Amino acid sequence: MKLKDILELLEGELLTPDADLEVDIPCAFGSDLISDILMCTKESTLLLTGLTNPQVIRLSDMIDLLGVVFVRGKRPPQDLIDMAIERELPLVTTKMTMYKSAGLLYNKDLRSCQI
Amino acid sequence: MAEYWNINDDFKDRAETFLKEKPEPAISLEFQVSKHDFNNAGNGSAELKRLLKKLGIDPVVLRKVAVASYEAEINLAAHSEGGVMKSNVHGDLVHIVFEDIGPGIEDIHKALEPGFSTAVEYVREMGFGAGLGLPNIKKNSDVMHLDSIRGRNTILEIITYFK
Repeated sequence: MKLKDILELLEGELLTPDADLEVDIPCAFGSDLISDILMCTKESTLLLTGLTNPQVIRLSDMIDLLGVVFVRGKRPPQDLIDMAIERELPLVTTKMTMYKSAGLLYNKDLRSCQI
Repeated sequence: MAEYWNINDDFKDRAETFLKEKPEPAISLEFQVSKHDFNNAGNGSAELKRLLKKLGIDPVVLRKVAVASYEAEINLAAHSEGGVMKSNVHGDLVHIVFEDIGPGIEDIHKALEPGFSTAVEYVREMGFGAGLGLPNIKKNSDVMHLDSIRGRNTILEIITYFK
């Protein structure tokens, strides 16, 4: 699934304006717990989370995230967005809950990342 | 003194030789981790990962090293009075030692149980404190050695082989 399809499906807003919307996203993971997210070492993945502190970018440095979707209408602070732009990491925010976002994506065959 | 060892069977002989002979590393990096400094905790692991990436290490191995080392850095920031992370890169492995200045772990076997955490509320609010730090370190390393004395300090060393 392409990033632009994810953006459309989740009625999301892109927070990193120059992100490549054609990038292919093969899988996703969702959690608000950092140690859970750190289980994703086998492949790069999209992350759905409600966490908006700069450790999210740190996580991406460690496990090479393909993008982050902030759920439940959360918006990260500008310094986090700047850090993401520097790393060319796409950020999206959606008003939908984690459950609904994950359900919609899964129904469109976006698989769960290997852990 | 309380001590815990975990050695991946596939690397047992190599690890024992390495720990006995203590060869000189090709490259060393050192980072200070300060108490409750969550803005900088993780810098050491990110720097180490960049270095290993330049050396052409496989991405899955890179992520394993980064996750184990990041969890350990966070542990220093969340639970210790501060400490230092020393990374030693050898031809076939990376050996990372985290040494803090206290206060030591009350019960290391309990600390190793998935789900057990002594993290305080504001650390949990940042998304930490799932009680999976040490289990994640164990899972992502080939050798893990934890040595702690309550009232003194904790030393954690991990080794990950590149192949």
